[in-house]
Amino acid sequence: MSTLVEIFDGTQWTPVCDYRDLIPGRGVAVLGERGAQVAVFRDRAGALYAVDNRDPFSGAYVISRGILGSRGTAPTVASPMYKQVFDLRDGRCLDEDTAPDGTPAELRVWPVRTGAAAPSQLVGAAVREP
Amino acid sequence: MTHHQTSGRLPRRLKDLVLVGHGMVGQRFLEALTGQPGAAAWRITVLAEEPRPAYDRVHLTSWFSGTSVEELSLAAPGFLTEHGIDLRLADPAAAIDRAAQTVTTASGEVLHYDALVLATGSYPFVPPVPGHDAAGCHVYRTIEDLEAIRADAGRSGTGVVVGGGLLGLEAAGALRALGLETHVVEFAPRLMALQVDEGGGQLLRRKIEELGVHVHTGAGTRAIVTGDDGRVCGTELSDGRELPAGLVVFSAGVRPRDQLARESGLPVGERGGIVVDERCRTQDPHVYAIGECALAADGKVYGLVAPGYAMAGTAARSLAGEHRDESAFTGADTSTKLKLLGVDVASFGDAHGATDGALDVLYSDSRSGVYKKLVIGREGQLLGGVLVGDTESYGLLRPLAIGGKPLQTAPEQLVLPAGAGPAGPVALPDDAVVCSCHNISQGEIRAAVREQGCTTVPAVKKCTSAGTGCGSCVKLLGTIVTEELAASGVSVDTNLCEHFAHTRAELYEIVRATGITSFSALIDGHGSGEGCDICKPAVASILAGSDNGHILDGEQAALQDTNDHFLANLQRNGSYSVVPRIPGGEITPYGLITIGEIARDFGLYTKITGGQRIDLLGAAVDQLPLIWRRLVDAGFESGHAYGKSLRTVKSCVGETWCRYGVQDSVGLAIELELRYRGLRSPHKLKSAVSGCARECAEAQGKDFGIIATSSGWNLYVGGNGGMTPRHADLLATDLDRETLIRSIDRFLMFYIRTADRLERTSVWLDRVEGGLEHVRAVVMDDSLGICAELDLLMERHVGGYRDEWAAVLDDPERLRRFASFVNAPGTPDPAVAFMPERGQIRPARPGENEQSPAPALVAGARLEVRTA
Repeated sequence: MSTLVEIFDGTQWTPVCDYRDLIPGRGVAVLGERGAQVAVFRDRAGALYAVDNRDPFSGAYVISRGILGSRGTAPTVASPMYKQVFDLRDGRCLDEDTAPDGTPAELRVWPVRTGAAAPSQLVGAAVREP
Repeated sequence: MTHHQTSGRLPRRLKDLVLVGHGMVGQRFLEALTGQPGAAAWRITVLAEEPRPAYDRVHLTSWFSGTSVEELSLAAPGFLTEHGIDLRLADPAAAIDRAAQTVTTASGEVLHYDALVLATGSYPFVPPVPGHDAAGCHVYRTIEDLEAIRADAGRSGTGVVVGGGLLGLEAAGALRALGLETHVVEFAPRLMALQVDEGGGQLLRRKIEELGVHVHTGAGTRAIVTGDDGRVCGTELSDGRELPAGLVVFSAGVRPRDQLARESGLPVGERGGIVVDERCRTQDPHVYAIGECALAADGKVYGLVAPGYAMAGTAARSLAGEHRDESAFTGADTSTKLKLLGVDVASFGDAHGATDGALDVLYSDSRSGVYKKLVIGREGQLLGGVLVGDTESYGLLRPLAIGGKPLQTAPEQLVLPAGAGPAGPVALPDDAVVCSCHNISQGEIRAAVREQGCTTVPAVKKCTSAGTGCGSCVKLLGTIVTEELAASGVSVDTNLCEHFAHTRAELYEIVRATGITSFSALIDGHGSGEGCDICKPAVASILAGSDNGHILDGEQAALQDTNDHFLANLQRNGSYSVVPRIPGGEITPYGLITIGEIARDFGLYTKITGGQRIDLLGAAVDQLPLIWRRLVDAGFESGHAYGKSLRTVKSCVGETWCRYGVQDSVGLAIELELRYRGLRSPHKLKSAVSGCARECAEAQGKDFGIIATSSGWNLYVGGNGGMTPRHADLLATDLDRETLIRSIDRFLMFYIRTADRLERTSVWLDRVEGGLEHVRAVVMDDSLGICAELDLLMERHVGGYRDEWAAVLDDPERLRRFASFVNAPGTPDPAVAFMPERGQIRPARPGENEQSPAPALVAGARLEVRTA
């Protein structure tokens, strides 16, 4: 039986991929409704995270291709472009406060869960049931 | 127009300073002067005799081994312009009129001066023996001299060097390297009589004879014999013997060039040299003399560069209006350390024990070719010494000898070879001069670390300029910096990252010793946390060396840097570039056309790279497998233009096509590129093979480079271009193909095993204890007994290599990763947009997307292509 991964866009939960599509420690890019791009990750222990795929430092949609890791107790992803590290729990950049265009260096965090065909289970952080 | 508007008019009249001579000391004077606030008062004109700006005469001989004139140059680009210095090349001063305060140049120009600085150096002394000016007779002083020697060497089988001093031995080394049967004739009973004592001289002689140079001591040169054509054909010695010689180099000492001063009526010494005071002023207060043309206040003419530099500083401070007592020049250290014909020789302080009551401590081992002598004074202080064959301790001993304080360590411990006695750290007094080129004491270096925040040797060099002269003190600098950091409580952190308290080399050994094959096992057993983008790729590189399957298999996939993960280069807008492997740069017209067709069909931007390849840019993630399929079908593989692995092996056309080539450089380059492709290393690796000494492939700028000789291959290692360029060092000469490849195998594996993360071969070579010598001993002589293991590792790499891109195409699981979106395979990333430029595409810039309703795509970037 397959387990689906779902993300929440503020209105509804949308299935985006099979849990088995995710390599531990690596991410995938998801094309959401209205063209939004989300990076979905699975860590070594199996927990899921979803953040914006757009790297605020380069403007390229590449966060899903970054390397997962940890800094202190924070689970992190490093952008593959210029290597800034983001906290996967709140999307905050741990290296710099602002992007080159002056906006705060933050990734939007998307609620993510495994659902549908499997018993509903909340994983990751910053997740709230709708 | 008022007079205020006259362009270039300066607020007050500048005084005119004319510097005669643009050698090493002249250039140093300019640097010292322009570094002073008072320098703004001077308008500087330099009269140079040679056709090029100042260059490093001390390392002149390296010109023969390929160091270019540009590399020898001492003036930083822009230095002269920046300071408004008017340098007149090839227009020497011809006369001085002190009454009129003018200098007349050879071209007839008359220049006024308020201050005149003579830095005319010295000229080589040629003994007035009959025939000394025949064709084929040379001196060894300028680049022109070296060019003439090289031109003559081609038609001469035998060369004779007259003079067995420092320069004579250096000239002998050059002649030998040019392939000549070489003789050295020295009038004194031993070589390097000025610097080395009897015992050291004997050892030096034996070592030099072992290298195939014939040494004749206690022999004068009575005449140069010439043939019917007027050219040199031999030399007649004072004992009646005759040596055949197609070429003679006179190196019988130098004499100060004081002619100009003499003719203008300035006092000169009995044996030459312009008489100057402690401020380097001649009798005429408007005229200074510095360097080898001057007779210093202590009555000596110094023939070394360090005292010349000190005099340059003194004169510059004097002219800039800085009159400090410590800036006076009252004498200088004449210590020397060199490598002559591959033999290390050093002498310092009172090397001959001339001081009253001096005693010797001697260590001599003719078996291993080491001779060390320390001269100890009555109070137990170190006065000087001689080191032949092992000059390791020179950096420490020289400042101790200058300090003149009683030794804290038993002197015999200072001469025993490492490991033979409990030497331990030797305390150096703070006022000991560590860098004698710039007169920097240990105290100043420690202060730079303590107070200026310098934590590395390069930082200390920049801050104090210590170690930027001859470089002989750099090793000691490293020790002092580390000691001072430790003393200030700063521990030097060599940990890989917060997850591993190990260096990369230590992790490598842990992996080898434990047989661990996964990152999880390594971090759970030997690290902490989840890892990061620093340790994961480093561990991936280490694991790639063990038999671990495809780079994207299992957990390995999660460790790879983004480029390794997608087997292509990530570019600024999230698209990728593909760089097909073109081993040695050799490609058929069919291959070129195929690559062109692929680029056309996928709408890729094409560019020839600096490494003899073709870069195809602008591919989306999901296009990568389609592009690889086309390449594989045409007999190509995609290549490692990314990641820490072998890039290219460049080549010239070699003997196959080139008039000058002496070996098949293309064939070797292809063989090497195929052998080492896919080899994961701490830093990217580049290589090149040149078919002759003209070096068209630029092999000396590579991690390992090969240059053909008429009898084999010369192997260079540790070069790099990039931000901090470094010329490679010669590791071994005249190797046959098999030995060459075995030597490269071992060099690479030894580097991979012991280097730090992102440490390139050049930095590694400078850091490894024992440096090049140690690496040579390990790789060429198996001094650590690990060569069999290194060979095996390389054998496994070469045997286990598979086309990583083709392997992805063969595996649907791996292929699935090459989609822009996991939930919309086949949908291209709408954010990757391009604009046209010069008939090709480039990434769209921020804002350009919004302006054009549909992102511009030049050519059909989404053509259907076959995937099977």
